[in-house]
Amino acid sequence: MALFSKQNKEAFTNPLNLDHPILVQVLGICSALAVTSQLKPAIVMGLAVTVITAFANVIISIIRNTIPTRIRIVVQLVVVAALVTIVSQILKAYVYDVSVQLSVYVGLIITNCILMGRLEAFAMQNKPWPSFLDGVGNGLGYAMILVIVGAVREFFGRGSLLGFQIIDCKDFNNGMMTMPAMALILVGIVIWVHRAYFYKEK
Amino acid sequence: MKLNTNSNAYIIIYSAIMVLIVAFLLAFVSQTLKPMQDKNVALDTEKQILNSLNLRGLSDDEAHATYEKIVKYDEAQNVYVCTLENGDVKYVLPLKGQGMWGGISAFLAIDSDKNTVYGAYFNHESETAGLGAEIKDNANWQAKFQGKKIFADETKETLALSVEKAVNNETTVDAVTGATVTSTAVSKMLRDQLAKYMDFLKN
Repeated sequence: MALFSKQNKEAFTNPLNLDHPILVQVLGICSALAVTSQLKPAIVMGLAVTVITAFANVIISIIRNTIPTRIRIVVQLVVVAALVTIVSQILKAYVYDVSVQLSVYVGLIITNCILMGRLEAFAMQNKPWPSFLDGVGNGLGYAMILVIVGAVREFFGRGSLLGFQIIDCKDFNNGMMTMPAMALILVGIVIWVHRAYFYKEK
Repeated sequence: MKLNTNSNAYIIIYSAIMVLIVAFLLAFVSQTLKPMQDKNVALDTEKQILNSLNLRGLSDDEAHATYEKIVKYDEAQNVYVCTLENGDVKYVLPLKGQGMWGGISAFLAIDSDKNTVYGAYFNHESETAGLGAEIKDNANWQAKFQGKKIFADETKETLALSVEKAVNNETTVDAVTGATVTSTAVSKMLRDQLAKYMDFLKN
């Protein structure tokens, strides 16, 4: 069994470019706009979504043949909700300040369209290993955009990166960048750049 | 034998088992992590109280050590009695109120005359970032409370400390721009909750 056959590689790399969850499918925008005013919560949120998508994909993929079709969405939701609760508890125990910053958005990962989308579209039909790769790929694709937007917004909004002051001026605060509206514009710009230079229609 | 995964009995048993497994898993995780979470929450409260005493930007360890040294909780009156390093005694009053989207809370530090504000720290659950959330994030705004009076005059009959738009005098702090509802809520919280401390403040 080839762990990195062509198909498996595609399961991992497609979501990073051709099937990018944010740039191409435009899913999961809501949280991408909300948690990107600084870099640190953006990274934590990206990692959280990556871990949850990967493991939810694996779990659903393992039990996919036992799931009754009529309640499959409920089963998917329970798996995701359980994982999200665990991650949120872990964040509260180990990185309290970040969990305060992320506040409701960790809980809202449950409703993140990327997750349910991947479970329904990929994990229900594929074996655990490709599902895991697909989950990691989609999570990283999502995290990538969060990090880009988060870095730009924190740098131009507060003159710092990851909390370290880079532009040295007291109480530097550019409200235009730190407000959610700018996140929408930045995501728009990223999508535009992606379409223009990296995305090739099949 | 191939199970009929669409029969009603199968669906009911399947969901029952699934729910049981998940319930035990979550209970286990929650119990294991609870002590650490409680510690974090307690430390966060300690930091907030120190913030209200204008001791900001301390690291976790520093904050805990300082707190242990200077703060004593008076349970009977729900007041934190703090003896600063120079010997001054300050009282910190915990306040709670309702903001625009969720709860807001505050720690108000006052001088031993029980009238002059020494410092203030505000916290919120879900105010809008950049607007209502400024009550927590904007240290300059919180600093405006320093030196304000709680009462209108020396007789200590009428509570006067409040937040109002474009007013800045002995008892009033200028409201946060773009956060009228939250500012009004802060004002209301100060009035309502300080009223409960009347006995303490008058003596």
